[in-house]
Amino acid sequence: MAEEIILLDYWASMFGMRTRIALEEKGVKYEYREEDLSNKSPLLLEMNPIHKKIPVLIHKGKPICESIIQVQYIDELWPDTNPILPSDPYQRAQARFWADYIDKKTYVPCKALWSETGEKQEAAKMEFTEVLKTLESELGDKKFFGGNEFGLVDIAFIGFYSWFRTYEEVANLTIVAKFPKLISWAQRCLKRESVAKALPDSDKVLKSVSDHRKIVLGID
Amino acid sequence: MASSDVKLIGAWASPFVMRPRIALNLKSVPYEFLQETFGSKSELLLKSNPVHKKIPVLLHADKPVCESNIIVEYIDDTWSSSGPSLLPSDPYDRAMARFWAAYIDEKWFVVLRSFLKAGGEEEKKSVIAQLEEGNAFLEKAFIDCSKGKPFFNGDNIGYLDIALGCFLAWLRVTELAASHKILDEAKTPSLSKWAENFCNDPAVKPVMPETAKLAEFAKKIFPRPEA
Repeated sequence: MAEEIILLDYWASMFGMRTRIALEEKGVKYEYREEDLSNKSPLLLEMNPIHKKIPVLIHKGKPICESIIQVQYIDELWPDTNPILPSDPYQRAQARFWADYIDKKTYVPCKALWSETGEKQEAAKMEFTEVLKTLESELGDKKFFGGNEFGLVDIAFIGFYSWFRTYEEVANLTIVAKFPKLISWAQRCLKRESVAKALPDSDKVLKSVSDHRKIVLGID
Repeated sequence: MASSDVKLIGAWASPFVMRPRIALNLKSVPYEFLQETFGSKSELLLKSNPVHKKIPVLLHADKPVCESNIIVEYIDDTWSSSGPSLLPSDPYDRAMARFWAAYIDEKWFVVLRSFLKAGGEEEKKSVIAQLEEGNAFLEKAFIDCSKGKPFFNGDNIGYLDIALGCFLAWLRVTELAASHKILDEAKTPSLSKWAENFCNDPAVKPVMPETAKLAEFAKKIFPRPEA
């Protein structure tokens, strides 16, 4: 039943995209609700009182917060359709490690890349470039991060691809030319319906950020 | 399994290292404890955890697993038929355990750690207030998760008990430094009782550092600035 699952989300959130992808992979129907982050809904504040952030997955009235936790929850509820975590304990630990790495290392610099200028933005550029180098190396010549199968780490990172054009434009960061393996990987991921549906148009993200920077930072 | 099959790179004072040690004890898995020297990182550590260069690192048949909570899940997955399950069986309860463990690392512990680095009295008071607010959240989380049983995980210690309980020795060191009871039976009665049960568990006792020894160590690594 669609009403059983509600997702409180924001269209451009690379974290929300993870949960959308997971739900699509499992073929699960859900109700998507767009949040205005400058005016958070009472439901969001009630369901995520600790962090007050999206995405929030509400299943039969009970909230699950934090995107990687939501993805694992969805995988555990529907284990037989398009498994997201591998079955081998060591491979599972590796998948969790890299999803955790992405979370730990991208949150702060990625925000600064689009919302800051000057030194703060430069520092963020260096940090994010290191992350991309590490991920490009970890991916290597594999089809997906976990090997031949699309899984947790791919879901954890693919949303950022929709922000690459924005980072290149507003932060003057070189990504496409420098990280060919990641770009090929992203194209492979986009062939999956779940990913194509979840990711917004890169130009739409760029426009939204550019408008924000014009208003808030006075940059044209 | 021979004990040489399982090695743990760590240090006695690290609460994060305590986590896999407790998990291995709960699963009755023998292991070789490779202690790092404070202030330097061994070649083995740098080779086994090139990304973060941090302890703990579990080496299972020489294959490294990094990040303490991930190591605990790995131990639970690998030795699933030995000892009780470290995570609940219900997916929602598992999500709650993971949520609170993440909260503890990202918010609660960050505040705890900041006390020993805090400068003036005002800053210290603010840290204590934040910790007590966090404890109130954890008291409610405990009541929700434990469902009347002694531990977050139910009858037996599990993932979330380990995630929070590993900080109890450092919490006591902070209480001594603050001359203030941060985990207060009056304010958080269930959590306080849980802390007592946790510390008395046979899987925990051998690896929980003594408060006095830890306090001495803390003085060394957080030198008090000259007044």
